[in-house]
Amino acid sequence: MDTKRLVMVAVGGQGNLLASSVLGEAALLSGVPMRMSEIHGMAQRGGVVESALIFGDAYSTIISDGDADVLVGFEPAETLRALGKCNERSVVITNLAPLMPFTVNIGQGVYPDLKKLQELIRAKTARLIAFNATALAREAGNVLSVNMVLLGALTQTGVLPFSVENVKTAMQRKTKAAFLEANIKAFDLGFAAAQAA
Amino acid sequence: MHKLLNDRPGERMLLLGNEAIARGAIEAGVAFTSTYPGTPSSELSLNFFQMSRESDLHFEYCTNEKVALEVSAGAAACGVRSMAVMKHVGLNVAADALMTLAYVGVKGGMVILTADDPAMFSSQNEQDNRYYAKLSGLPMLEPSSVEEAHRIVADAFDISEQLQEPVLMRTTTRINHSSGVIDLGKIRPRRTQGSFAKDPLNLVTVPAVSRKLHVKLLQNIEKARELSEASPLNRLEGDGPWGIICNGVSYNYVKDAVAELGLAGKSRILRIGFTHPLPARKITEFLKGCEKVLVVEEGEPFLEEGVKAFAQEAGLTLPIRGKAPELFSRLYEFDPGMVRRVVGSYFGVAWSARAPVDLSDVPPIPQRPPTLCAGCSHRATYYEVRKAAEELGVETIYPSDIGCYTLGLLPPLSMADYLICMGSSTGTAGGFSKVSGRKVVSFIGDSTFFHSGIPGLINAVFNQHDFTLVILDNGTTAMTGHQPHPGVDMSQLKMEGFGRISIEAVVRALGVPHVTVIKPYKVKKSIDAVKEALQFKGVSVIIAQELCVLYAASLKLPRRKPFHVSEKCQNHRVCMSRLACPAFYVWNDRIKIDATLCTGCALCAQICPENAILPVKDEKK
Repeated sequence: MDTKRLVMVAVGGQGNLLASSVLGEAALLSGVPMRMSEIHGMAQRGGVVESALIFGDAYSTIISDGDADVLVGFEPAETLRALGKCNERSVVITNLAPLMPFTVNIGQGVYPDLKKLQELIRAKTARLIAFNATALAREAGNVLSVNMVLLGALTQTGVLPFSVENVKTAMQRKTKAAFLEANIKAFDLGFAAAQAA
Repeated sequence: MHKLLNDRPGERMLLLGNEAIARGAIEAGVAFTSTYPGTPSSELSLNFFQMSRESDLHFEYCTNEKVALEVSAGAAACGVRSMAVMKHVGLNVAADALMTLAYVGVKGGMVILTADDPAMFSSQNEQDNRYYAKLSGLPMLEPSSVEEAHRIVADAFDISEQLQEPVLMRTTTRINHSSGVIDLGKIRPRRTQGSFAKDPLNLVTVPAVSRKLHVKLLQNIEKARELSEASPLNRLEGDGPWGIICNGVSYNYVKDAVAELGLAGKSRILRIGFTHPLPARKITEFLKGCEKVLVVEEGEPFLEEGVKAFAQEAGLTLPIRGKAPELFSRLYEFDPGMVRRVVGSYFGVAWSARAPVDLSDVPPIPQRPPTLCAGCSHRATYYEVRKAAEELGVETIYPSDIGCYTLGLLPPLSMADYLICMGSSTGTAGGFSKVSGRKVVSFIGDSTFFHSGIPGLINAVFNQHDFTLVILDNGTTAMTGHQPHPGVDMSQLKMEGFGRISIEAVVRALGVPHVTVIKPYKVKKSIDAVKEALQFKGVSVIIAQELCVLYAASLKLPRRKPFHVSEKCQNHRVCMSRLACPAFYVWNDRIKIDATLCTGCALCAQICPENAILPVKDEKK
């Protein structure tokens, strides 16, 4: 099969690693070869968490600049920071709800303008799906389900070879039962948001 | 049941590299395991720890890597399969034991796992531990993937038992922290008890014995070389005049590059997985079939130098390149795109698809460095020490150590001036205080204090140094994921069968003349105590006791009420400019506190000049 490369970036605590593990399970369920890597040593200390997921026949577990087919950003400035992973044919999905880095709070640096940020990404890549995933997570009943909202949007793009059923079954296996209902709702809201984008 | 104890061979599981190695060890019948935690190896030990709680597997969190190596060596000397796990720099700590254990050898299989960290995602250096194999004379195996890491552990144990010496297994971060699908194998029964046969003339390394043992070690290297020659871990793939020799994760990037550049049929790959001793004949044969060769390896030119030496001995003059300004660097980690580019340029094959987007018009993005958590008691201690030094008007130097608290180096705290390795805060402080003419205040964490901080403190008492050591005791090994250490109250974790060593009792027993215990959330009292210590001439120790906030949350201890900024705020922003707690944010030019992040430590409330920061009122009242 074609190799598909997905980069996911988030701020520690946003649930990036759980999203990766759901996609890993979905790959296992659908018999798609999959490797992934993550850098998470400082995840709990407010740093950036980056996962690389590679589906299909490839050996590498990391993704070089320009090699990503899809970039999913859980936080808009982090999406922009990781934009170098993309090429002109890449699809980008981003949450539009900022998490202010403390460096901005203490006056080191300015947070990028969200409108300009979207224009930049849209001009450089094939497709940008940008929406407030945090608001949709809240609507789904669990503000921590931003990861599942974004998985919904990712599944909608059809870039990865998974059906909605595959991903939902994987969610059932990998997320806590108490949160499953909210997570499924979050997934559906994200899926619809990507459809509308 | 722990998922890695699953006894259904043939099942498939998506596992993290560290989990896959732990499973590989269990399948190989490992019975005795030990570690000092260190990223990127930490989850490997964590899984051993968890499994040891529900099986007869023995596991120990040890005071440091040297001790971890020694306890496993003792078990292996009794014929029990043992494994010592550490990060690359941990092997420096264990190196004294390693070098002579190589002489003495083992009875049961012993594997020493070294997890290297190219690019230093969470380490102080990126040393290439393949040289430890050469230095000690021990065999070394290196997997290229998570799947192979799982399988290779059993090979390592078998080779160890065959040669009666420990085997080094080297991984890198991209193995430990990658995931792959593993086919579970059969679990070999664990033999947890062994027997020790006294044999002092081979086991007690006085010079006369060691002279004999070194001869045996050299003979063993030749036996290991034969194993390396025959090993499928050193394998040839493909056929063509262009040769590529590679190891570890570089092999993956080479495989992808060969596919994408269309080099199949033009190139052959020699993948080295049995890194020491190198298979001289196999490499020489490989070179004979090539017009030119590229060596692809992260880190130092370990393979390259070996390959060139073999070529010289065989009188081969073909070009062999690896590390060079226009080819590969010794710095940082490799990536698939970089390897593709270098392989392409070395063999003259163009590749232009998938150019990264142009980022020249992207505005600078504010950095998001990892920072001390909201409510972290280290922030309080740092504030108090700085404040005390300011009020006394003393100029200070702050040697630091390895742990979460190293994050205090960033502004506005700026509380780290010097760091080289685990435990260095206590040793270096002596040098600074003798010659700098400034007040030296060193910081060390509780786990690091046990690991290697104590000898430096003893030295300071003996040599009558003049500095203050602050032991940041947050009750756990926080940085690597809350592993226990000898000072941890294991009853809080509902675990039995552990002792507990009091840091205060140790410090007092060492004869430190001025010892204070502070509760860092009590700001005024703590500043007074710090002032007293700073004014003391000689060695003083301050033990700052407060549980790590993340650890306290995981223990489900009662939470304190969060705080908010009331209308009394005059916007001095002392809280932000001095503390920069991540729970603060700016909204309409005013400081606010995110109640979901605030842990109620009340540090900011105690330093606010207007007393404007107050607990959030209960909504029910």
